[in-house]
Amino acid sequence: MSAKETVPAAVANFVDERTGAAKWLKKNLTKVFPDHWSFLLGEIVLYSFIILLATGTFLTFWFDPSSKEVIYNGAYEPLKGLKMSAAYESALHISFDVRGGLLMRQIHHWAAIIFMAGMILHMLRVFFTGAFRKPREFNWVIGIGLLTLGIIEGFLGYSLPDDLLSGTGIRITEAIIQAFPVVGSYLAFFVFGGPFPGESFIPRIYTVHVLLLPGIFLALITAHLMLVWYQKHTQYPGPGRTEKNVVGYPLMPIYMAKAGGFFFVVFGVIALLGAIASINPIWMYGPYTPGQISAGSQPDFYMGWIDGLVRMAPPLETHFLGHTISWNILIPGLIIPGLVFTPMALYPWIESWITGDKREHHLLDRPRNVPNRTAIGAAVMMFFFVALLNGGNDLIATHFNSSINHIMWFARIGIIVLPIITFFVTKRICLSLQRADRELVLHGRETGRLVRLPHGEFVEVHEPLSKEEIWKLTSHEQPGALALPETDVNGVARRGRLVSKLRANWSASNAVQIPKPSALEIEDSKHH
Amino acid sequence: MSKNLIPNNPIENPGLPAHTPRQTDLDPKAEKRAERQVASLFMLSAISTVGFIYSYVWVKSDVYTFIPILGDMNVQQLLLGLFMAGGFLFIGIGAIAWARQLMPDSEVIAHRHEFRSSDEDRKEFVETVKTQGAAAGIGRRPLIKRTLGAALGLVGLGPIVLLRDLGPLPGKDLETTSWKAGTRLVTDPGDRPIKASELEVGAVVQTMPELAAGEERTLNNTAKDPVLLIRLRPEDFNLDSERLSWTHEGIIAFSKICSHMGCAVALYEQQTHHLLCPCHQSTFDVTRAAKVIFGPAARPLPQLAITVDSEGYLVAKQPFTEPVGPSFWERNSQ
Repeated sequence: MSAKETVPAAVANFVDERTGAAKWLKKNLTKVFPDHWSFLLGEIVLYSFIILLATGTFLTFWFDPSSKEVIYNGAYEPLKGLKMSAAYESALHISFDVRGGLLMRQIHHWAAIIFMAGMILHMLRVFFTGAFRKPREFNWVIGIGLLTLGIIEGFLGYSLPDDLLSGTGIRITEAIIQAFPVVGSYLAFFVFGGPFPGESFIPRIYTVHVLLLPGIFLALITAHLMLVWYQKHTQYPGPGRTEKNVVGYPLMPIYMAKAGGFFFVVFGVIALLGAIASINPIWMYGPYTPGQISAGSQPDFYMGWIDGLVRMAPPLETHFLGHTISWNILIPGLIIPGLVFTPMALYPWIESWITGDKREHHLLDRPRNVPNRTAIGAAVMMFFFVALLNGGNDLIATHFNSSINHIMWFARIGIIVLPIITFFVTKRICLSLQRADRELVLHGRETGRLVRLPHGEFVEVHEPLSKEEIWKLTSHEQPGALALPETDVNGVARRGRLVSKLRANWSASNAVQIPKPSALEIEDSKHH
Repeated sequence: MSKNLIPNNPIENPGLPAHTPRQTDLDPKAEKRAERQVASLFMLSAISTVGFIYSYVWVKSDVYTFIPILGDMNVQQLLLGLFMAGGFLFIGIGAIAWARQLMPDSEVIAHRHEFRSSDEDRKEFVETVKTQGAAAGIGRRPLIKRTLGAALGLVGLGPIVLLRDLGPLPGKDLETTSWKAGTRLVTDPGDRPIKASELEVGAVVQTMPELAAGEERTLNNTAKDPVLLIRLRPEDFNLDSERLSWTHEGIIAFSKICSHMGCAVALYEQQTHHLLCPCHQSTFDVTRAAKVIFGPAARPLPQLAITVDSEGYLVAKQPFTEPVGPSFWERNSQ
């Protein structure tokens, strides 16, 4: 035998005799992965995380996480001779004196933006297709955890360079910590090692940013992926696909080549962004000093919605017995984010409680076929959109020459009204799309071909759908409303009647659907 | 429970559609062409990497060029980025093209298994927990159970106590600034004392308290001490007599640190006499002692009482009468 044949066999033998991996690998190398563009969103997140680890490690070789005051004497002329922190100076050093340093900084920042945007899009895909349903609830919760930690990690990251913009963000964070009732000023003094800004904060968040949170990320992402692997990927409904199978391409070689190739594509695109699109030009902001500020201060987009909520908060404080509670900070900064993220994490159980559906699901939903869920998702998106919009109200005002007061009032009212409108509009759109599907199944596709009949009438020829297409449009379930009697078998009023009534109402609203065409109707339509 | 959960499909699942062969499956020429395309893409990646190394070593790092839309760019950083992007992108596109055009593309079916363990396994599991638990006797020995619970509850306190030295206690720090009666207001930057006559109507000056000789200004001071001096026509004020006595010939002084979240309130609209915080757009009316007229701030900016000393320089008449900056639990806001 040639070396080409003996070497792999020898390696395989060496590994297997020590691990017994052959059996597992034999099975898993041909593991089937379904193919769909929307399944790439999670991959983008994973790959940008790897890029973040690699570029972040590079940055640590030069970055000095210290608030010690130094005089700048680097390559960037306009700041020469200025007093600044060692952190800011080393960030400038990376940008101007390290070859490829600016590129790595910009790739790191762009990767963070894409990491967050990818997570949000991935979450929306999972939500709208119902991929979070049993047995995948754990992964949904892990995902919400990753999203929350991602917001914090990103914020700490752009705070590290200690420029004027990020320092302002830290100042606002300090005010949020300080606003906690009873323990706020103590917490703030512990976090900052004394009064704001102190010299402890930058080195402390550095440890959290490069060690603690990435470690938690690694653990959670590993658990997330192991569950995906073990539970097997969901798939979209279609001919040949059932709840009991998974249809797609084998890991080796197709999925390896595609997913591996996609990693290089993601890195390539982010590198391209880092090369041509300037992001966070810290040298333009100058070093942080609490007495100054730049107009148009904006956080990164994943923090922008919280800032938007803070901006629209009404000026409410409670003063009593020599104490102050800042509702104008607590409500938008802590209470509302908590009220949004907690139901989000619990949503899989909320939905299954309303529908009474405790079964496993591996086939995805088309969003139109679950109008209530789709409408809830759209309403929540609208909520975040209005908040984010208000986070940039100053830029909108200056760019579109409008009144900042009007934008703020629009946001204050819109944050309540627009999600409600969105819910009902989305639900109607879903039902209309269901109607269109029904129409399509029963009457076929419009061909645009007009035929004149012998008696002079013009008709358009409709082409009937194939079996595969009909299956795609009709194979979904249409759950009925839960029957929840108000009394038990003995005629005694059930406990928790109000909750039960609410559940029955929600379940009934959930069951509003356009009936699928029946076999009879389809058969009937063929004779038209 | 739910009555309608059994799928009532009008037609049977038609099964996987037949596989349609690609051009590369049918035509050996197309297959060869695809092979050459993939190889060329990998070659392009290799060339990009050579370009990357060339740019790192031989392109000067201090040359800038203007590129429309992108702006002023450092030539070396730009080339490094473009070649790095090329090096990665071409490998990625090549691998995907390889998979799509040359690897087998018929879908395969694998079966799923139910996650639920068999009833037997579940029963045995519960039995195991019971018998193994009984071996430790935790149910029979409540004393051990309770003391262990108490110990475990307490042991977590250790690390929490350790965090105590993260910082000093706030004490009165949040309530005090460097301003004292008689402290001169000096320009920031410049550290120059200011005479009332130097300020024209409409002028705004950022000031700090004057330092004693040899003292250094720290960022911690800068977080609390900045004061804005604004000169209005005296008839523009709409103040009570006490607050009016805190002004000097139309000059009024406010803490520059926002009473909402501590940003620097840096935007002054001369025509309307409004101060605006760029962070959250809280708007304060200078003529009415910085009363909040818009935005999330709940309290006016603290006003600093000013007067002039014997040499005619502006000085603080007294310290701030309330804490500056954002609210906190211990703040007495009455």
